[in-house]
Amino acid sequence: MNRTILTNARIVDPSQDMDEMGAVVIEDGKIAAIGANAANALPSDAAIEDLDGKLVIPGLIDTCVHIGEPGGEHRETIASASKAAAAGGVTGLVMMPDTDPVIDDVALVDFVQRAARDEAIVSIYPAAALTKGLDGEQMTEFGLLLDAGAKMLTNGRRTVKNTLVMRRAMTYARDFGAVVACSTQDSYLSGGGVMNEGLFASWLGLSGIPREAEIIPLERDLRLAALTRARYHALKLSVPESADAIRAAKAAGHALTAGISINHLTLNETDIGEYRTFFRLSPPLRTEDDRVAMVEALADGTIDIISSAHDPQDVDTKRLPFADAENGAIGLETLLAAALRLHHSGDVSLSRLVDAMSCRPAEVFGLPGGTLRPGSRADIAVVDIDYPWVLSKDDIVSRSKNTAFEDARFSGKVLQTLVAGASVYRA
Amino acid sequence: MAFPHRHLLGIKSLSEDDILYLLDRADEAVQISRREDKKTSSLRGRTQINLFFEASTRTQASFELAGKRLGADVMNMSVANSSVKKGETLIDTAMTLNAMHPDILIVRHSSAGAVALLAQKVGCAVVNAGDGAHEHPTQALLDALTIRRAKGRIGGLTVTICGDILHSRVARSNILLLNAMGARIRVAAPSTLLPSGIAQMGVEVFHSMEEALDDADVVMMLRLQRERMDGAFVPSVREYFRFFGLDQQKLSRAKPDALVMHPGPMNRGVEIASDIADGPQSVIEAQVEMGVAVRMAVMETLMLSGASPS
Repeated sequence: MNRTILTNARIVDPSQDMDEMGAVVIEDGKIAAIGANAANALPSDAAIEDLDGKLVIPGLIDTCVHIGEPGGEHRETIASASKAAAAGGVTGLVMMPDTDPVIDDVALVDFVQRAARDEAIVSIYPAAALTKGLDGEQMTEFGLLLDAGAKMLTNGRRTVKNTLVMRRAMTYARDFGAVVACSTQDSYLSGGGVMNEGLFASWLGLSGIPREAEIIPLERDLRLAALTRARYHALKLSVPESADAIRAAKAAGHALTAGISINHLTLNETDIGEYRTFFRLSPPLRTEDDRVAMVEALADGTIDIISSAHDPQDVDTKRLPFADAENGAIGLETLLAAALRLHHSGDVSLSRLVDAMSCRPAEVFGLPGGTLRPGSRADIAVVDIDYPWVLSKDDIVSRSKNTAFEDARFSGKVLQTLVAGASVYRA
Repeated sequence: MAFPHRHLLGIKSLSEDDILYLLDRADEAVQISRREDKKTSSLRGRTQINLFFEASTRTQASFELAGKRLGADVMNMSVANSSVKKGETLIDTAMTLNAMHPDILIVRHSSAGAVALLAQKVGCAVVNAGDGAHEHPTQALLDALTIRRAKGRIGGLTVTICGDILHSRVARSNILLLNAMGARIRVAAPSTLLPSGIAQMGVEVFHSMEEALDDADVVMMLRLQRERMDGAFVPSVREYFRFFGLDQQKLSRAKPDALVMHPGPMNRGVEIASDIADGPQSVIEAQVEMGVAVRMAVMETLMLSGASPS
C-alpha cells in the first residue's frame, strides 16, 4: 500500500466545514483520513511530509478554460494547459468546446479524453457544444455527448441568438440532467464594442459594450430556465445587475448557478490604460464599482463559481491595435494567487474562495474532487498563503504569455499540487 | 526651451505651455509660407515618411508640404488597409520603415491607439495624423492657431462643436486642447452621435443646435460620413440638415463675428450650407493654411528641440 501523510497542515475544506490544524493521510491515491486526529496512528511505512502550518485545500476545479487543441496548438495544448493548471493548484478543469474543429461530436469528445488521459497531468473534462459548430441553430447530440463524457453543454463565447433554439436546447437538456452553461452577450447591442462603455472608452476613442448587452440575454435565459426547468449556469458575469437577476431567480427556486472570472473580481477597466490588449476581455472589464459589487455577490454566494477564463492568445492576435486584437487572458497559474487578494483584503472568506474554486464546481458539474472527505480522490493543493512573489513573464508555464497579471504582486503561492495522491507540481 | 516630448501622439499629454510653444512657433511658420521663397533648411538631410493606413488627401498633402518647406526629404506611403491582419501590416511595416532610418514618421490609422503602438516599435519621432476615433492633435492645434489669430485669444471664448462627436477624433483633440486653454466648450448633436459620458468630458451638452449657438464665438462643424446618415445613426440627410446643419438662420444665433470652422472635407448641404461655408464668417481656408504652419512647427520642434529617445 502506498501511503503519504501530510502533517502539521492547516486544512481548509468547505465541503466538510473544516478549518483546522491536522494531517491528511493519503492511501493509494485517496484520502484515507483527515483532520486533527488523522495522524494519531501513523503507519510506519508512510512517507511523512511536515507542512509546517501551510494550507491544504482541495485542488481547484476551473470550469471555464479555453485550450488551443485541436486547431490552435501554437497557443496551448492539452498537455501545456495541464502543466499551467498544476502550477496554479488546479487539479481539474473543464475545457471549452470552441476549438477548431468544435467539440460538437462524440468522436471529438473521445479525442479530448484520450489526449487528456495520455498527455495531461491534471484532470481535463470536455464540455460539448450546445449547437453544431456553435452556430446557434442546430442542437448537438446531448445524450451521446454526455454518455461519451462531456460534463457541460455550452456555446462557449457565443450566445445563442435564436430564442426558440435556446428554449428547445434547454428543454431537451433537462431530460438528461445536464447543465447548460452560457456566456451572455447581445452581439447587436454590443455593436462591435471592444471595452466597457463609458467615459474611459470615450476618451480612448474605442467603441463600448453597454452592460445591457450582458443583462438582456441573461434575463431571457433565466426566463427560459424557469420555463423549461433546465439546469442553467451563467458562465461569466460582469455587472451587478446580472447578479441581481441571478439572486432573484435563485430566490424563486430555479436550478441555476452563476460564475465569474477572476479577472472581473480583481481588475477593472482602467487597467487597460493606454490600449493594453491583455486586458481586452469578454465580457469586458467593468468599472471599479462593478468589481466591488461583484466581489460582494461572490461573498454572499449569489455567484457560485470563480473560473480563470483561461484564454491563451499569441502575439499575432494580441500585438495589435486594441480594437483589432482578440479577447482573452491566460489565468490558470494565477487563479488562486489572484483570488487570495480577496482573502487578504478581508472581502471574501478563505473558505468561500475555496468553495467557489473547488467545492461548488465539483458539485454543480458532478466532477471528482472538490472535497477532502475520506474516500475521495486525493486532489490537493498545498499553499503558502502569505508568500510574496511577483509574476515574471519568463516564469509563465502556459504556452501563451497573455497574462493580465504581468509583474503583478501576489501574496500566496501554490507550493505543491497532487492529483490522485501523486505530486504533479512542486514550486 | 526644449519641448519635453519625443512624439506627438495626442493633445492629452501636452501642457498649456507645450501648446503655447507650438502655436508660437506655428505663427513664425505662417510667415515662411507667405514668402516668395518658402524653403528653409532647418530639416535639410532629414527623412520624413508619411505612412497613411487610411486614405487622406488633405492631411497627407499638408504634412508633405510642411516637410518640404523645412527642407526635409519626404516620402509618402499609402498602405492599403487590407481587410484582414491590419495590425500585422502595421507592426511589420513599422519595422521595415524603421530599418530605413527615417527621422520622423507621420502616421494615420483607422484604429485608436495604433499610432502609439507603432511609436513603441520605431526609433524616430512619430506624429499622430489621426488614429481611429481617438486623437488628431495637429488638427486641434491648427484650429487653435486659426482661432487665436482671428480672436487674439482662446481662453474665455465660447466654442460650439456640432455634429458627429461620437466618431470624431477631431472633436476629442479639440475638447482636450480648448479645455487646456480655458475656453468654454459646448457640443451639439443628436444623442446617437454623442459618446457615452460626454457630459463628464468638460463640455456642455445641447440637443438643440440653436441653443448651443447662442452667443457662441466659434462654431466648429464636424463631418458626418454618408454611411451614418442612412438610418443607422440619423434617419436621413434632409432630417439631419434640418436640425443640425449650419445655415444662416442657425448661425444668426451666434455672435455676429463668430468664426465658422470645418476640418474638411465638407459635405455641403449636409452639415453646412454652401453660402455659410463660403461666407464672410468662414475661416475654413485659413484652417488649411494654418495646417501647414502647425505641421511645420510640430515637426521642427520634435526633431530639433524634442526629448531624446530614452
